[in-house]
Amino acid sequence: MLEIKNLHASIEDKDILKGINLSVKPGEVHAIMGPNGSGKSTLSSVIAGREDYEVTKGEIVLNGEDLEDLAPDERAHKGIFMSFQYPVEIPGVTVTNFIKTAINETRKANGLEELPAKDMLKKIRATAELLEIDRKFLSRSLNEGFSGGEKKRNEIFQMAMLEPKLAILDETDSGLDIDALKVVANGVNKLKSEDNAVVLITHYQRLLEYIVPDYVHVLHDGKIVKSGGAELALELEEKGYDWVK
Amino acid sequence: MSKYTEDDLKKELETKEYEYGFYTEIEADKFPVGLNEDIVRAISEKKNEPEWMTEWRLDAFKIWQEMKEPDWANVTYQKPDFQNISYYSAPKKKPELESLDQVDPELLKTFEKLGISIEEQKRLSGVAVDIVMDSVSVATTFKETLAEKGIIFCPISEAIQEHPELVKKYIGSVVPKTDNFYAALNSAVFSDGSFCYIPKGVKCPMELSTYFRINEGGTGQFERTLVIADESSYVSYLEGCTAPQRDENQLHAAVVELIALDDAEIKYSTVQNWFPGDKEGKGGVFNFVTKRGLCETNAKISWTQVETGSAITWKYPSCILKGNNSIGEFYSIAVTNNFQQADTGTKMIHLGKNTKSTIISKGISAGKSQNSYRGLVQISPRAKHARNFSQCDSLLMGNECGAHTFPYIEAKNKSAQIEHEATTSKIGEDQLFYCNQRGIDTDKAIALIVNGFSKEVLNKLPMEFAVEAQKLLEISLEGSVG
Ligand SMILES: Nc1ncnc2c1ncn2[C@@H]1O[C@H](COP(=O)(O)OP(=O)(O)OP(=O)(O)O)[C@@H](O)[C@H]1O
Ligand SMILES: [Mg+2]
Repeated sequence: MLEIKNLHASIEDKDILKGINLSVKPGEVHAIMGPNGSGKSTLSSVIAGREDYEVTKGEIVLNGEDLEDLAPDERAHKGIFMSFQYPVEIPGVTVTNFIKTAINETRKANGLEELPAKDMLKKIRATAELLEIDRKFLSRSLNEGFSGGEKKRNEIFQMAMLEPKLAILDETDSGLDIDALKVVANGVNKLKSEDNAVVLITHYQRLLEYIVPDYVHVLHDGKIVKSGGAELALELEEKGYDWVK
Repeated sequence: MSKYTEDDLKKELETKEYEYGFYTEIEADKFPVGLNEDIVRAISEKKNEPEWMTEWRLDAFKIWQEMKEPDWANVTYQKPDFQNISYYSAPKKKPELESLDQVDPELLKTFEKLGISIEEQKRLSGVAVDIVMDSVSVATTFKETLAEKGIIFCPISEAIQEHPELVKKYIGSVVPKTDNFYAALNSAVFSDGSFCYIPKGVKCPMELSTYFRINEGGTGQFERTLVIADESSYVSYLEGCTAPQRDENQLHAAVVELIALDDAEIKYSTVQNWFPGDKEGKGGVFNFVTKRGLCETNAKISWTQVETGSAITWKYPSCILKGNNSIGEFYSIAVTNNFQQADTGTKMIHLGKNTKSTIISKGISAGKSQNSYRGLVQISPRAKHARNFSQCDSLLMGNECGAHTFPYIEAKNKSAQIEHEATTSKIGEDQLFYCNQRGIDTDKAIALIVNGFSKEVLNKLPMEFAVEAQKLLEISLEGSVG
């Protein structure tokens, strides 16, 4: 599904990604771990197409299509979703209105009719229930005054609504309490299928107990320095990053 | 403050199509350019006005001649040559086109985005229409319902003939002829406009919209509106149109007077979309409007406006809170793009005790435009315990536009409570990327952010107007960040 080949990216002439290779197939869960500042968020932003970053070398291919010339919204229409490490506030725009717009814009781009309001309502309710989100929450301004955990849960709510092919979750577990973590992990697991894939960026083994990855990669200074199975995460937890550098 | 909720989503399902009224067209008829006493007399004669009205106009003309065009507003423009304007032109037949293929495609695109029906598109762009019968019956039922309640809603020219005692008593009572240059000019030469009277204790059962008024094509350059809500009555009045209004007349100087007698309430909503000029700023309408309402005891007046049009806007819908416990409200969204200039705001004049006013102003500037809020809150010595809350928020797009706030406060009574808040924000790259990532393109993202920013004001508009106003904001700002 996703093929990243020798990806180099920089911002303001500072090289951050220095040759990433990653291959994600449908149905797989990949975890990316690595110390602060190693380039994890940069990698997700570059996949999502953020224009502040310059791709200096290499390519990102989604289902056989090179993403180079696609704008972030076009990539989203192709099924890429990124849960933000720091979700952004949009005052005056409710959670409901935002997700409704996102879904309908994506449908339009894919040649579909807008989702009828009653189906939208049904879907919003079902998803809110799955993620144990209070209805009142859906009428609040997007991310405005949300607690750290609420912001993350809201990101997963949007993911569940949009049903992406490739979901990149950037530290979605940070800031979640233990109960919330279970709810979110449960949500992600329910939505997993043979046709979609998940890339989890995390610092903690704990999330990986609930969402078991097929592969774990360690990112260090803009390169993947080690890859392995789920057991690699345990080892890292024990030994720290010095061990793989 | 209410927000877009699940319930709103449900309501959206039920939102009905906007119903447009119909209008009959009168033969084209225009006076030579220039203004003098004879022209003023001729206008009055043309309308078959009674002597007192002619005298009133002539008096206004004398006053106007003594006045100077004001230049304190934060706008710059080539002053119109008042002797080079024709002061009377009956609603003119637009050149008839045979099909929509002959219409400017840009204009059609805009219509489409606004969701205006094909028939309506034809009407607005001057293509021959054959099906107006539906609207005729709508308009007729509408008139009957109003008549049953004793509500008068007609062109002001008709009111001068049929209800002279009301017009005579109230015209110029809130905006005197001497008020300002444009008001004096309007008083001398006003073409037509609306008159509305709600009898004592009557709650007007529907929104009164100029769409429904018969015999009123183009609004004319010098529109005059008079709304009187008698004791304990209520009316919600809608003015304007979201469809782009092109007009060969560059100068527009309207006067609107509202009178809310004891315990009455008037809600006056405007969506204004005059042609703002092209991308270089050429050819737009100059809009100099005087709008003012008078509140007697326990009365309430709310002005809500969405301004997206005009090259120059000079407009301060105001309230004179004369009666004790009366309430004035002003909710405004003003969008400027390209080379537009807007200087708009309100005056809240607190004369009575326990009077209360609220001002919420949202200014959105893009392109090379200038957007100014100018507000006056005046508390007179006898206005004990008067309260005002003002909030002025500005949203900027790009680095070439400007937002300015000029709040004036004159409090002459120590018990007054006045609160003023102001914010300025910019649409952030982070916000745009976040929206983009969720599949929302940049134009749509701006619309969403702007709608969120304007929410408190949009919520004050009647439902069908609010939906249109949202679309309008979207269109006005398209391509403004890129
Ligand atoms: N806009 C920017 N300007 C300058 N440097 C940047 C910018 N964005 C990221 N960087 C730098 O790139 C490096 C990688 O940052 P990134 O956010 O990708 O790290 P991370 O692995 O996600 O870290 P964390 O675990 O703390 O979230 C850091 O050194 C960061 O300072
Ligand atoms: Mg990060």
